[in-house]
Amino acid sequence: MFEYRVNSNPLIATWRRVAAIVVKEIRQLARDRMTFGMIVMIPLVQLLLFGYAINTDVRHIPAGLVDLSQSSYSRELIAMTEASQTVDFVRVYASAQEAEQAIIRGDVKAVLYLPADLGQRLSVHPAFNRDSGHSNSQTLQPVGQWLVDGGDTVIAASIRSLRQLPLDTLAGRALKDNVPTFEVVQFFNPEQRSVVNIVPGLLAIILTMTMIMFTSAAIVREREQGNMEFLIATPVKPMELMIGKIVPYVLVGLIQVGIILGIGHLLFSVPVRGGLLTLLVAALLFIFASLTLGLVISTIAKTQLQAMQMTVFILMPSILLSGFMFPYEAMPQLAQVISEALPATHFMRMVRGIVLRDALLWDLQRDALWLAAFTLGGLAFAALRFKKRLD
Amino acid sequence: MSDLAINVLQMTRCFGKNIAVDHLDLQIPRGTIYGFLGPNGCGKSTSIRMLTGLLTPTSGEVEVLGQRLPQYAEALRLRIGYMTQKFSLYDNLSIRENLSFVAQIYGLNSRQSRERVNELLALYALDKRQTQLAGSLSGGQKQRLALAAATLHHPDLLFLDEPTSAVDPENRREFWERLFDLCNAGTTILVSTHYMDEAERCHALAILENGIKRADGSPAELMATLGAHVLEVEGDDLRTLKSQLTQCPQVLSTAQLGTRLRVLVRDQTEQPQQWLQAQVNGRRIEAVRPSLEDVFVACTGQHSVSSATARAAAGSDSEQGERHV
Repeated sequence: MFEYRVNSNPLIATWRRVAAIVVKEIRQLARDRMTFGMIVMIPLVQLLLFGYAINTDVRHIPAGLVDLSQSSYSRELIAMTEASQTVDFVRVYASAQEAEQAIIRGDVKAVLYLPADLGQRLSVHPAFNRDSGHSNSQTLQPVGQWLVDGGDTVIAASIRSLRQLPLDTLAGRALKDNVPTFEVVQFFNPEQRSVVNIVPGLLAIILTMTMIMFTSAAIVREREQGNMEFLIATPVKPMELMIGKIVPYVLVGLIQVGIILGIGHLLFSVPVRGGLLTLLVAALLFIFASLTLGLVISTIAKTQLQAMQMTVFILMPSILLSGFMFPYEAMPQLAQVISEALPATHFMRMVRGIVLRDALLWDLQRDALWLAAFTLGGLAFAALRFKKRLD
Repeated sequence: MSDLAINVLQMTRCFGKNIAVDHLDLQIPRGTIYGFLGPNGCGKSTSIRMLTGLLTPTSGEVEVLGQRLPQYAEALRLRIGYMTQKFSLYDNLSIRENLSFVAQIYGLNSRQSRERVNELLALYALDKRQTQLAGSLSGGQKQRLALAAATLHHPDLLFLDEPTSAVDPENRREFWERLFDLCNAGTTILVSTHYMDEAERCHALAILENGIKRADGSPAELMATLGAHVLEVEGDDLRTLKSQLTQCPQVLSTAQLGTRLRVLVRDQTEQPQQWLQAQVNGRRIEAVRPSLEDVFVACTGQHSVSSATARAAAGSDSEQGERHV
């Protein structure tokens, strides 16, 4: 009788079993056209959707105008404001009260109010006046006022950006100081170039979605399709199975990172300021953490449907609480605690730091270590939970 | 080293209040083919899962190939092969890919793997289809592939859980030829079935019902010790006769075979043939040799005959009331 079992040492046997599972997974993945297509389509479509549709740089907001000054200054100020393309003045009102009513009715989103003493205000305005040193706090008044429908925070934020409208043209010379031209009654968010912030954030969201989804089905699928009973009757060890299930998808994750950053750079001119190597390390850490999270789900779920539900359960807070949609700093404490428990939050910080601020891995070591620890802990947990038993 | 491949004392397994296997004793000698015969849900699969170390017995002692279970389950993995009731290889891998995967899992290097896979492909007549996906194979081909995978690492002990339930008679004959080849090479085989003709091929078998072993021994022994006389009645209107005879306490069971009615008359009955002759209104009676089915019916005869009779044609898919993976 032949004897194969005596001639190989345990490490070689482990290596062969992991390799066997990796090869098997890749073969199965390659035969699954739909899944293979989704690997490319998910990042591509999501990126185009988020990049084009979700645009917080608002232009041409319909606005009203109350011009009590009726001077050459006011006409020039109005022209300058319109030239910024942020607002189009579509209505003219006689008084502030009338303008307020118009906002309440929803006729316009914002109204520019220019008082009768516009010329007077301009002459004492520190930025406009040559003798800016002479002005004191009592005379320091904005030249006009914006009334804004604060209900739409994005619009409010855009109007707020008009606050610092430069008066250079009006004065006919270069002005140095930057004292507000307008006072804004409502404000929400400071203006931001949204795409630049969104694309790196999307990296975290798309990887969370696809990586967790792939591995959350990995173990439970074998169970559902009846392969598990054979597999657990073989000498394969739980940790070998876990590692073999993760490795093929690391490659998939890297392909997606390439797609997102490549398209982000080509279509939306999102710069990658930090080192590509730093980015690669951060992405790998996050990919491993997400795949591990999926594996943990897979050892808990009884069916693929349950695994999918748990994936969505993780995905929603990852989108809402990771800092992708709302800044982490602005969240209530409880939300911050939940946020800290999500791998996506840590990667979001890292990737924005690297892509936008040229941060080094050293600067991001806390998040990097957290992701590494999460991966190791998750792998150990999944391997312990996975029993080579049916009972 | 004990010459028993499997030595089991009072093995019991409960699922909640349901007792799937009830104090089972088994002594299976090395190098034999041993059968588990019983209807669906009788505890065949549960017993096999306990013997392969996949299920922990609720109580009892289990020793497989001289090793205690469940403690040494992992060490035994390399020495046992297990062919599951449901096809458990990968549908979207080809025949060769499936076998190569199994070979690597058992630690064969690439050269050994290639040689062994080629050998198995030839042995199980799968070499012409080696690139075909397993999911598109016929029942017989799938079963040969599963046997090839289960025996790839030359196990000393092979468990087959209803291996031929989706296979035509021609392929079953072939399959049993392979089993006898394996047995001849020293492999001990435990096979569960609900086919009488398959059970008859085993060196020895146990008849299981509701988790309890009703009888065991070689097919010849079992037939010799049958507690009834087997008589066949030939004539008209057998349906009426059957319902009449079923009422008699002397009759253990009746089953119609075409134009004949097979009647099992209890041993306690004096002069059974004369007794039966008096019941059948001049129809012709003949004493016949007992079959394994008669044995099966006699020892599981507590309930109605028609449902207990697992004729060869009455195949079935799954064992209800048992756990599935």
